[in-house]
Amino acid sequence: MLIKDRDLEQIAYLARINIDKDYFPSLKQELESILDLVKKINSADTESVKPMFHPLDLFQPLRKDEVTEKDEREKLQKNAPLSQAGLFLVPKVIEDQG
Amino acid sequence: MNAMSEWETVIGLEVHVQLATKSKLFSGASTLFGSAPNTQACNIDMGMPGVLPVLNEEVLKMAVKFGLAINASINSPTQFSRKNYFYPDLPKGYQISQLDNPIVEAGFLEIIVKEGKKKIGITRAHLEEDAGKSLHEDFKHLTGIDLNRAGTPLLEVVSEPDLNSAEEAVAYLKRIHSIIRYLEISDGNMAEGSMRCDVNVSVRKKGNKELGTRTETKNVNSFKFVERAIQYEIKRQVSVLEAGENVVQETRLYDSQSNETRPMRSKEFANDYRYFPEPDLLPVLIDDEFINSLKDQMPELSESKTKRFVKDYQLTEYDANVLTVDLNFANFFEEVAAKSKNPKLAANWVMGELSAFLNQENLTIQETKVDSKKLGNLLNRIEDSTISGKIAKEVFEEMWNTGSSPEKIIETKGLKQVTDSVEIREIINQALDQNPTQLEQYKDGKDKLFGFFVGQVMKISKGKANPEQVNKILKEKLEE
Repeated sequence: MLIKDRDLEQIAYLARINIDKDYFPSLKQELESILDLVKKINSADTESVKPMFHPLDLFQPLRKDEVTEKDEREKLQKNAPLSQAGLFLVPKVIEDQG
Repeated sequence: MNAMSEWETVIGLEVHVQLATKSKLFSGASTLFGSAPNTQACNIDMGMPGVLPVLNEEVLKMAVKFGLAINASINSPTQFSRKNYFYPDLPKGYQISQLDNPIVEAGFLEIIVKEGKKKIGITRAHLEEDAGKSLHEDFKHLTGIDLNRAGTPLLEVVSEPDLNSAEEAVAYLKRIHSIIRYLEISDGNMAEGSMRCDVNVSVRKKGNKELGTRTETKNVNSFKFVERAIQYEIKRQVSVLEAGENVVQETRLYDSQSNETRPMRSKEFANDYRYFPEPDLLPVLIDDEFINSLKDQMPELSESKTKRFVKDYQLTEYDANVLTVDLNFANFFEEVAAKSKNPKLAANWVMGELSAFLNQENLTIQETKVDSKKLGNLLNRIEDSTISGKIAKEVFEEMWNTGSSPEKIIETKGLKQVTDSVEIREIINQALDQNPTQLEQYKDGKDKLFGFFVGQVMKISKGKANPEQVNKILKEKLEE
């Protein structure tokens, strides 16, 4: 399957990654080979195979509905470049949310 | 002919219900509303590296209960997926949600419409985590982020496009609201965002099989706004189509101040969420034992309650429906009915006088100023002919304003009904003496004047004469 420049730009945008145009040819080649592999997997005959939810044959453990975490705001906000009045501050976003 | 009537509306609703757990969907942080910003957001909610989500058992119970209430299938195993998008109030860069095998699938509920009952399909209900809150107003060029809400469990309920008017959509929403309140899985408080609604609307020419292009209006947060947003969208889409243009498939926002919807600025690729199975969570097994234990815990829901009220209390289906919309309201009615032993009278008073006073002061039934015991006592005074229904309204108002008991008010205001036949006879004589002309006319065959005399008697007695006795004695008197 062929990857176009536009596809690459879109993928990069969705992942919020800046990609130098110089890397486009090699990246396209790598992605194409990944898609070829997926194509190969898709063509495998799975008629008699039971669908799998997860590679591990295990199920999710559950926890009781209890409050076990305490307020660690001060400690956690040290990771943020900017905070004020208990809020994390980020560049203004007025994009309507999805 | 009304141009609108050539068009048919198709509506589907997505309702986000915030589940009333103590802790979050995947972490042990508290879900309390209104705490200081970021004091209830732990490292899991903030998406710190190396943390792992662990599923809250209570959330599963709540979702299964909802599924049972809407006659749906429960998927086991059910699985979680990642929905990827970037927004500052979503610290991980993805929301853990469900795509394939949602916990609840293929259910339905019934709404009451003009023509009777209508079945509304529910495609699915799936679990997902809520995002944080963005505060745009308080900082120049910056946005404040509060992650207290991040990770709070949501149940997203997706209806089939079975709704055909704003009224039906609101009736459906009210049913969902009633169910979550009866099950006590959410407080359903729309103003605080515990129940939020996305509205999908399209219109098509009547008789067309194919659906028109739809728009999605996001986060409409009251029954009234849902109704108005839909009415606005229908009008807008019809006028677009009648002008020969096409409806654009887009996401819109409802502005309650201007009462209109308008398009959201949306990025070209905004809707590519690239779902994939959540690798940090294993599939969740929901066995029959788990489901059966919840079946035993299911409360009587409004539909069965309605049927019981009709059967046990001889109420009309309409009255029973009104009384059972809200669980607390239904309970209050049952307490009054038990106290007064006249369910029909209790129903009339709870739906009539009491509701009117509650509405006037914008109070819920839990905030009522006349409790069920006192109201029951008041109705007993009507039943045992201490006071008439008319006087009872006067007493009720006094009870509401002063918190006093009906007995005390009747006593101090001297409102006790006159049931002494000697006394009533005296009042009747007085009424006849004062109106000789009408008495003459009555005796000449003007039967209609009987009501006039009853009125006169009531007036002289200040409404306190027992109406049945007045009727009986007056009749005897006039036939003498």
